[in-house]
Amino acid sequence: MSLILENIDHVVNGATHIEGVNMELAPGSFNVLLGRTLAGKTTLMRLMAGLEVPTRGRIMMDGRDVTGVSVRRRNVSMVYQQFINYPALSVFENIASPLRLAKVASADIDRRVRETAEMLRIDHLLDRFPLELSGGQQQRTAMGRALVKEADVILFDEPLVNLDYKLREELRDELRTLFSERHCIAVYATTEPGEALALGGNTAVLHEGRLLQYGPTEEVYHRPQDILAAEMFSEPPINIVDGRITGREVHLDGGIQFPLNDDLRPLGEGDFRFGIRASHIALHPQAADDLSLEMRVDLAELSGSETFLHVHNERFEMTVLLEGVHEFDPDDPVTLYVPTHKVYAFDRQGGVVHIPAHLGGL
Amino acid sequence: MNKVYDNKAWLLILPMLALVAFSAIIPLMTVVNYSVQDVFDANTRFFTGTEWFVQMLNDPTLQSALLRQFAFSLTVLCIQVPLGIGIALLMPKKGWQASAVLILVTLPLLIPWNVVGSIWQIFTRGDIGLMGWGLRELGYEYNITRSAVDAWGTIIIMDVWHWTPLIALLCYSGLRSIPEAYYQAARIDRASRWAVFRFIQLPKLTNVLVIGVLLRFMHSFMIYAEPFVLTGGGPGSSTTFLSQSLTTMAIGQQDLGPSAAFSLIYFLIILLVSWVFYTAIMNMQKDKEGGA
Amino acid sequence: MAEITLRQLAHSYLPSPSGPEDYAIREMDHVWHQGGAYALLGPSGCGKSTLLNIISGLLEPSSGEVLFDGERVNSLPPEQRNIAQVFQFPVVYDTMTVFDNLAFPLRNAGMGETQIREKVLEVADVLELTPQLKRKAKNLTADEKQKVSMGRGLVREDVSAILFDEPLTVIDPQLKWKLRRKLKEIHRRFNITMVYVTHDQLEASTFADKIAVMYQGQVVQFGTPRELYERPAHTFVGYFIGSPGMNLLDISVKDDQVRCGEVVIPVAPKMRDMIARSSSDNIRLGIRPDFVEVFETAEEDSLAVDVVNAQDLGTYSILTLALGDVTLKARIDEDQVTPKGKAYIRFPQGRLGVYIDEYRVETDHE
Repeated sequence: MSLILENIDHVVNGATHIEGVNMELAPGSFNVLLGRTLAGKTTLMRLMAGLEVPTRGRIMMDGRDVTGVSVRRRNVSMVYQQFINYPALSVFENIASPLRLAKVASADIDRRVRETAEMLRIDHLLDRFPLELSGGQQQRTAMGRALVKEADVILFDEPLVNLDYKLREELRDELRTLFSERHCIAVYATTEPGEALALGGNTAVLHEGRLLQYGPTEEVYHRPQDILAAEMFSEPPINIVDGRITGREVHLDGGIQFPLNDDLRPLGEGDFRFGIRASHIALHPQAADDLSLEMRVDLAELSGSETFLHVHNERFEMTVLLEGVHEFDPDDPVTLYVPTHKVYAFDRQGGVVHIPAHLGGL
Repeated sequence: MNKVYDNKAWLLILPMLALVAFSAIIPLMTVVNYSVQDVFDANTRFFTGTEWFVQMLNDPTLQSALLRQFAFSLTVLCIQVPLGIGIALLMPKKGWQASAVLILVTLPLLIPWNVVGSIWQIFTRGDIGLMGWGLRELGYEYNITRSAVDAWGTIIIMDVWHWTPLIALLCYSGLRSIPEAYYQAARIDRASRWAVFRFIQLPKLTNVLVIGVLLRFMHSFMIYAEPFVLTGGGPGSSTTFLSQSLTTMAIGQQDLGPSAAFSLIYFLIILLVSWVFYTAIMNMQKDKEGGA
Repeated sequence: MAEITLRQLAHSYLPSPSGPEDYAIREMDHVWHQGGAYALLGPSGCGKSTLLNIISGLLEPSSGEVLFDGERVNSLPPEQRNIAQVFQFPVVYDTMTVFDNLAFPLRNAGMGETQIREKVLEVADVLELTPQLKRKAKNLTADEKQKVSMGRGLVREDVSAILFDEPLTVIDPQLKWKLRRKLKEIHRRFNITMVYVTHDQLEASTFADKIAVMYQGQVVQFGTPRELYERPAHTFVGYFIGSPGMNLLDISVKDDQVRCGEVVIPVAPKMRDMIARSSSDNIRLGIRPDFVEVFETAEEDSLAVDVVNAQDLGTYSILTLALGDVTLKARIDEDQVTPKGKAYIRFPQGRLGVYIDEYRVETDHE
């Protein structure tokens, strides 16, 4: 069961919510929609479900055009942010409800509901009512209802956002295992890059209604196609510095320069924007050709075993992720080392022109 | 682009459509029919066009009734809205008291309208009515059949008693929907009671109040049973409102043509005022949103 | 100024509580010192919001005392307590402009207009709200509204403590960074006591000097983020702090060796003796995934494991490993090679913690 979105546009009251989206979701795949709030994730999922009809474009399920088909006749289920359950029905009845509507035999209903509940670890709560349960348990009930239907497409709209941090971690792990054995297509919307990485599968980065990049999660993360995709999909944000390549050197904004290395030589001369990840910058040189930067500390955020260092010079700001606990006071000077072989390069319009060699090059 | 929707749902509306057609649309068309013709009997009818409309608009009886009607609606609105808000603010929000007060407040709304008129009519009688007798004992010569002031005062009080609960209920539900955090923040900001009302409660009540005022206006403009039972339109014609004039004309005098014409004018006035009010409020809200 | 002391504080929402489960906050003693940045960290339902409301005066505790600078304030309403509170959902007065919103508390206190203007402009500058001052509060984005909420707490000169109840919940992840930074700047600049309630351990660690971890109505540990991370005093702290949480292995001593199931774990003699001496049957060995050493080939004192799963999280990877019947996680750098199939792990002695009946027991050599 594959799902294809072809040239989807969606305009509501004159405002363009989705523009030119083309996506092909393979059967059994787990897909993450990553983007800020209002990037269009929910709208896109509603279009996939059939709750809304796109202004232009086609949606195909298994080769059939289902663009105008109402949601009732598509085999989809959806899990929402706000644990939505039928308050007057017990957990058992909640999970059983789609099966009862489909007139499945009672014995089958019983078996399938218990199986699903066991998988989600709520089998001991089947007689309780949703409002008596904790947030995590309510959301599992909602997920049970979505899963028991064995729909072709299951959509998750930021389902874990109202849960505790730790609970979120646990449920995320469970979701991964749950879906590794299924043949349905799962689509999961989130605003957190960390969550996308943790879930794996494929990621589609959305921004202001447009699809920036879609592919296997690690691929999209390590090999972004443009600056926007790199920025949207990194936590902490990737550091971008403007610069120019001349004959022998790379000049960065602020009078910093380093000799042109073999990696960047093929780019030729011109204006570029260079990107370096926060975690690659270090307090000590790692290689002989590391670029040293004299910066001033804005703030050091300590977190367990890592330090997020916010620094700036007169021209630009950077965020650095350091291992270990390093205490700095604001305005302290600090020297940072940037490995020049791990630098990304983008042209002035934002398109990627160079990806570090150790990630496979462009 | 194929938009395929399930259209079977439209069929479910047919029964209701038929009902509305019978009870509203066809009678309305009949009225329109009468308003443009002079009907003597089943066989003799002349097309008169706008003649009845013009005549009605220039009729002094109707004009004074119209003025009285506006005065009445405005007065009751000015009293009912603040009073309703005030009551809503005082109503308890939790516990058995909340339910008890809710029921007490709602009671006046449940009484059939002509019964309301009867209740107050007896209430105001000088011999057996509590209020009538009480006022006379206090020295005031209270008589609604002789004094226009007394009649007006009583009608207004009656309407306020009858309909303020509607505004109170609407505001109560509006107030209940304000999250507790707003009140907590106001306490921490050391806001006075008045500031809390002005900056937290009133803004959140605007939507509810629009509905309330619209409903009350339309209703008070059409009022018939209560004042008719209470005062019969008297003394003289001091409390004769539009609906009563219309009824007298249509049923009493059997002037179907003019009364049909006037019904339509009546309908259009209400529509016009409501529309103006609603658009004004919506525009005011939009300005607030667009402000930079 | 405010040093906030909680003495034998307990709270139950029920009129006649019978057992500990009826209490939202179980008896606790705690001191928040002046000028500190504190976090109250715990899962939902642990009592942290209750505690915050008791400190701010929105709730009166059912037993115990709340003292501000030594004076009992149990029944003192929030208006008189010199505190400000920022809620989860931005609370702004929709009909007023940003300027009026910020000026509101000052106007209620009767301050002169020129003074008000000065204060409002100062706070607006710190919060980077100056361009929005003339706009109606209704039209702002969520993070701008939240800044206005914070601003209302900062304008007041007599504020000695600001309490935050999960304030970044509705903010976009990208903007959370900026706001957190802003909070630290504010703290540094105004030197006010700040108490920040959250269930996100990263937020707590980056914001606070010291974190109080709450579990089932009690503070199980109160320490710096580093202490909480390196020496969790309770298994819950080990589990809750750090992503992923600490590995906890059930162990027992058999034949003079510390065993987890059938696997022998190399452990320093003093630690082993201490475990052997204990009569409890709830003994666990804790080690954080970040400290587990992973090798592709056998090393001295290493244990053989099966690699069940490997998750690439960009800057690091999480390995799920099977040690006999037990699952544990290890964290490796992005530069380290991810082993497949089989691997070897080692627990550095200095990073092991022994937890008897959920609480950490220190061995002499630590």
